[in-house]
Amino acid sequence: MKILVCIKQVPDMESRFRLNGEGTWYDEADLAFRMNEYDEYAVEQAVRLKEQLGGEPEITVVSIGPDRVVEAVKKALAMGADRAVHIKDDEYYRKDPWQISSALAAHAASRHYDLVFTGMQSQDRGSAQVGVTVAELLGFACATTLVGFAYEGGTITVKRELEGGSKGIVKLRLPAVVTCQLGLNTPRYPTLPNIMKAKKKEIVVQPISELLKEAELTGTAGMYPPAKRGGGIVIEGDVNDQLDRLLGILKEKTTVLRAA
Amino acid sequence: MKALLIGEYRQGKLLESSYELKAFADRLGAESAMVLVGSAAEMPKFGGRLYLADVASYGEYNPDLHKKLVLEAIARENPDYIVFVHSSYGWDLAPRVAAALKAGQVSEVVGVLDGKFEVTCCNAKLRRSVAPKSARCVITIQAGAFTLQGEPQGVPQLETLEVSDTSGKVEFVGYEAAEQKEVDLTRAEVIVSAGRGVGKKENVPVIAELARALGGELGASRPVVDAGWAPHSHQVGTTGQTVSPKLYVACGISGAIQHLAGMKKADFIVAINKDKDAPIGEIADVLVVADVMQFVPALTARFAR
Repeated sequence: MKILVCIKQVPDMESRFRLNGEGTWYDEADLAFRMNEYDEYAVEQAVRLKEQLGGEPEITVVSIGPDRVVEAVKKALAMGADRAVHIKDDEYYRKDPWQISSALAAHAASRHYDLVFTGMQSQDRGSAQVGVTVAELLGFACATTLVGFAYEGGTITVKRELEGGSKGIVKLRLPAVVTCQLGLNTPRYPTLPNIMKAKKKEIVVQPISELLKEAELTGTAGMYPPAKRGGGIVIEGDVNDQLDRLLGILKEKTTVLRAA
Repeated sequence: MKALLIGEYRQGKLLESSYELKAFADRLGAESAMVLVGSAAEMPKFGGRLYLADVASYGEYNPDLHKKLVLEAIARENPDYIVFVHSSYGWDLAPRVAAALKAGQVSEVVGVLDGKFEVTCCNAKLRRSVAPKSARCVITIQAGAFTLQGEPQGVPQLETLEVSDTSGKVEFVGYEAAEQKEVDLTRAEVIVSAGRGVGKKENVPVIAELARALGGELGASRPVVDAGWAPHSHQVGTTGQTVSPKLYVACGISGAIQHLAGMKKADFIVAINKDKDAPIGEIADVLVVADVMQFVPALTARFAR
């Protein structure tokens, strides 16, 4: 079995974001980057499947972006992926989901993958399109938003997370693409020996121009912080002063305070 | 300008969110028609053409088949926009339709500005304006972002929707019900919720203590529940409970959209967070910029005095 895991490296969402010079994306300076959270579930599930099948499947991890994405790729290798492809693109943020999907599908087209794992969406752009579009371009079956995964004899049975806490159970035959959601598993921390082993694993670098032949179908016209909602009070400073102010406001504006 | 709205039907019911699609079409100023894989026994209150496919034949979840049905309706209706709710149904189906049409897709739209679509990114800390560059455009709208003025009304003109090729790559097995709710947060007057910012499981009782002091219930964000720090029955948000207490205190909750959707109808919202820019500040009436584990016990102590 050949498995592909598509991962993205994104900024820590706790960061303070500033805009780039053209006002179309965030400025990368001073940001700490890490593997997209949903993609960590994808890597973990792929490695668990490899373990279930006695180590037989070969796991390739692929990521599109500038040189910094190699850090996320190395983490995936240390978690248990076998080899990696870095599709190098310094202008990744100018690509729309259609182009990203097209480049990934072009990579996958001749390589006969049986199963593709990816996150349900990226934490920065959050289009939730790429996994499904890759499946459509490859003609693979696809299920999204997985919180449960089981493989047996060429068929996968998955649990999709639905609104309100219920789940949908779906069976798919390989080849398939699945997109992973929070709750699917708890990603492992790479151990030091595995981090050392990962250093010897192959990372093939390929410029995106070799794979991408498609023009964009949507474009970013601008980026900006959300308009602040009026009326919200911000309380800063010394804890005791903060408490006095908060309790004063609660007494005035709400009916729920019984004491204090 | 014409919009084709893709309604949702689940577990034998038309989902109310289907009316948000009409609100979006109104906001666009577009004429609209609707597609529904549902039942003639439960038709939407919608005064336009309704392309109805029988759920008994095509299933509630069968994305390959539903894609073919939507494409058939597109061929007959020739819309400029094909609009879904950004839900487990919509984000799953929309990219399939977009890929088949080679149309651009804009996901989780929250606003319309000068013919461009506004979306959020980076945990709602930034917004992006997106311009479609294809002849047709597929849109998913954020749940709750567009609401109808007044009650939905109208009687649809029924068009039967069928496809002959009923092959599909996925097989729907069934639903698994949500866990029984041991705690009914929907009736609580006060909810004090713990988020990832409380740091560790051992700190959650400190938040529960404040809830008790205020005569309320403990709530939790999804990461807290997934980490096993609190039971699922306490979860507030899209995949948990939707609440509307008189007072909601969010402790160490950054304010992911899925959480906000579950609590934004609270009468009064207090957020305690060390990050002044956390998106929860967008909807909080009061944002206390402080370390949760320092501030919350001090607040509880004020009630104990």
